Amino acid sequence: MTKKQLVKDPLNLVITGVGGQGNVMISLIIGNAFVRDGYFVTVGETYGASQRGGPVMSHMRISKETQYSPFIPDGCADIILGMEPVETLRMLGRYGNPGVTTIINPRPIYSIDVTGGHAEYPDLDKLVETVKELSAQTWIINATEEAQKMGSHMFANAILIGALIGSGVLPLDKKSVEPVLCEVFPKEIEANLAAFNKGIKFVRS
Amino acid sequence: MANIEIDAPGTSQLFIGNEAIARGALEAGIGFAAAYPGTPSSEILGSLAQIAKKMGIYAEWSINEKVAMEAAAGASYAGVRALAAMKQNGINVVSDFLANLVMSGTGKGGLVLVSCDDPSAISSSNEQDTRPIAKWLDIPLVEPGDFQEAKDMTKWLFDLAEELGTLCMLRSVTRIAHARGNVKLGELPGKQHKAYFDQIHDLKNVMPTKFMPMPSSLRHFFLHMKLDKARDKFELSPFNRYVGPDKPDLLIITCGSCWLYSQDAVKALDLEDKVGILKLGTLWPLPEKFINKHLGKSQKILFVEEIDPFLERSVMEIVANLPSLSPHPTFYGKRSGHINAYGELNPNMVIKAISTVLELTYQPRDVVYGNKAEAVAKSNVPERSMTFCAGCPHRATFWAIRNAIKLDGRDGVVTGDIGCYSMALGPAGFFQVRTMHCMGAGAGVANGLGKLGQFGFDQPVLAVVGDSTFYHATIPALINGIYNQSKFILVILDNSATAMTGFQPHPGTGMTAMGEPTKVISMEALCRSLGARVEVCDPFDLESTTATLLEMMAEGGGAKVAIMRRQCELVRAKKEKLPYKVHVDAEKCIGEACGCDRLCTRIFLCPGLIWDKKTGKSKVDEVICNGCGVCVDVCPQGAIIKEAT
Repeated sequence: MTKKQLVKDPLNLVITGVGGQGNVMISLIIGNAFVRDGYFVTVGETYGASQRGGPVMSHMRISKETQYSPFIPDGCADIILGMEPVETLRMLGRYGNPGVTTIINPRPIYSIDVTGGHAEYPDLDKLVETVKELSAQTWIINATEEAQKMGSHMFANAILIGALIGSGVLPLDKKSVEPVLCEVFPKEIEANLAAFNKGIKFVRS
Repeated sequence: MANIEIDAPGTSQLFIGNEAIARGALEAGIGFAAAYPGTPSSEILGSLAQIAKKMGIYAEWSINEKVAMEAAAGASYAGVRALAAMKQNGINVVSDFLANLVMSGTGKGGLVLVSCDDPSAISSSNEQDTRPIAKWLDIPLVEPGDFQEAKDMTKWLFDLAEELGTLCMLRSVTRIAHARGNVKLGELPGKQHKAYFDQIHDLKNVMPTKFMPMPSSLRHFFLHMKLDKARDKFELSPFNRYVGPDKPDLLIITCGSCWLYSQDAVKALDLEDKVGILKLGTLWPLPEKFINKHLGKSQKILFVEEIDPFLERSVMEIVANLPSLSPHPTFYGKRSGHINAYGELNPNMVIKAISTVLELTYQPRDVVYGNKAEAVAKSNVPERSMTFCAGCPHRATFWAIRNAIKLDGRDGVVTGDIGCYSMALGPAGFFQVRTMHCMGAGAGVANGLGKLGQFGFDQPVLAVVGDSTFYHATIPALINGIYNQSKFILVILDNSATAMTGFQPHPGTGMTAMGEPTKVISMEALCRSLGARVEVCDPFDLESTTATLLEMMAEGGGAKVAIMRRQCELVRAKKEKLPYKVHVDAEKCIGEACGCDRLCTRIFLCPGLIWDKKTGKSKVDEVICNGCGVCVDVCPQGAIIKEAT
């Protein structure tokens, strides 16, 4: 079987959300799967504020040739995985381009600026429309909602990883990801694997 | 997730820079490691501590950076390779010892200090550059340019440190320390350490490592000899290299993560045949001959580095002694304004600097798209300020402090320092904290304020400090306050972990870095033994905490201690289920009509509470809420309901 190839080198993936949602977990899983498949991977994370409600992002650079820097240059994202809607738009504003693929979980997490009345959270439907307009292709994955149906919003991460793999935008097989997923989530492996497969199904249906 | 101890030479692993450094230390046959946690350095000791028992080494979280470095030196004197790791602020704490350690020299075991700097102060109170300290104190200094080098350099540095008999330093920055990349593993040594403090003076050694009586100036002379030897080694080091054409239009001189940014920028601009990069890995003493060889390559030289113009100034010193640079090149960098004089860099900034120097235009994306994307993001993306986590005990503590100060009515002042609780400078802690400097400084500043009664000062003074910070740097300030009878309350926010840096244990937790149970150093027993009045409060009990603080503010006498004891919510949530299921009773919440000014969502600001615009009532976000139930006591209508789970 021939392995899938990178459509571009480096391939630039942004994972974004709010501190505590688990974007570091996702980058760990995807990054390790790529390294095991023989790629150079560099991951840059927003740290420090990551537990405390701030905007967070992981930049992942995937290459067959060399070690890239942990920052994607402005306007150069190939894929944006957004765990929260306005954070997805924030990333598109800076790193988006007409060729970008976006996967978005449309579940808002309100900032204290919004709840405190100092900022407005935009209309969700309009926001999703804008994300679509700014992306070459968009997958809307109700990851939080589906995860809650499975018993905990924590399964949203595995659903989103599934969607990312299922979409085919990464040269990464399901079989490369599953063992890493099991290592990172040693508890509730079954449920996380089920969530992962659910994510794959969502983008393929 | 990373297994730094994996015995699989030749395989590639995805490591953060800190894990790569820890692995390098293991490959070097380290026996002893000590550190105090501090972002972005914490995972070096953190990952070593996890595998210490298995690998037959010793690792500890020391009480502070100075003790960590001194303990590591102790191991070196007994012939054991040792490492101390810290963030940039820690270098200040340890600097007094360092200034003497360079004079004495180290022992037979190689001694390495790792400093992780935080450009842009992402998780720090300052963005201090520690490279100049190596120059100031005559310490050989290296800095890795990627993850592989982080491992390889660390290993190599132990050999160098041992050969020279002097402390060697490795500096890293956030985007190496906390970024992840490929690391190809080397062999792990199987050697057993035999520790022995050899007390016989070795008089034949011209660079003595023992404590023979000798004038300090003579030791200084020997230290310079060691530096010369280091420079000779650095001239040939593969960690310094040039990449690019023979006669580039522009020569970049760079180090550390900026080496990665420079390569990205040159690729993005498609200038690989026009721009050369001189990447330096050994930063002090600089390899002068190696640099000289490349300086004449181009008429334009750009320094790409973060924080201080360390390379820029140091290379200029070399240039001043060069008779042969003709015609003289133009230098660009922080002095010329092409590179920011503060904050962290990124590939965009380097692209911009190169484009300006070479008068090029760069367009990464379609202009129409770019303008639209920027505009919609700007007008639609709300601010997202940092705040305490849902269920954080600090929010409750600062609520109680706020209310006690209001009730007292004398405009009480809160001094603070570094930790999660620094966020109380802003809305998360109701703007209660008014000063923030280094660890323990809040208590020190309070000592001064508390002695101003004779000048008419009557404001109550509260110094807030974290539990780990209490042990690290606050005890002398408390003793001073009791001895000199300074009137302030030391409020210890005891969440039973070094929470900001990743929940490391400290002397109050009863657990060592290697997971062994140990004696609990009780902060209340310690404070009481000093003669202080000590009260222990549960901050989730807002009413009694507020009353205690109010009563302590009214009392006369010297320094007192109030301990706010509640486990960090993130630690609790990992072990236990939610204590309460919390919801808002939509019948009881009367929204804006209440007159409370939306106390729960506008003032208390727990991210678990949100405002439902459609219904005009508060609501609990079940994804965020950690079920602490404190907000129940904040709502004047009793509309927030908690049910035990």
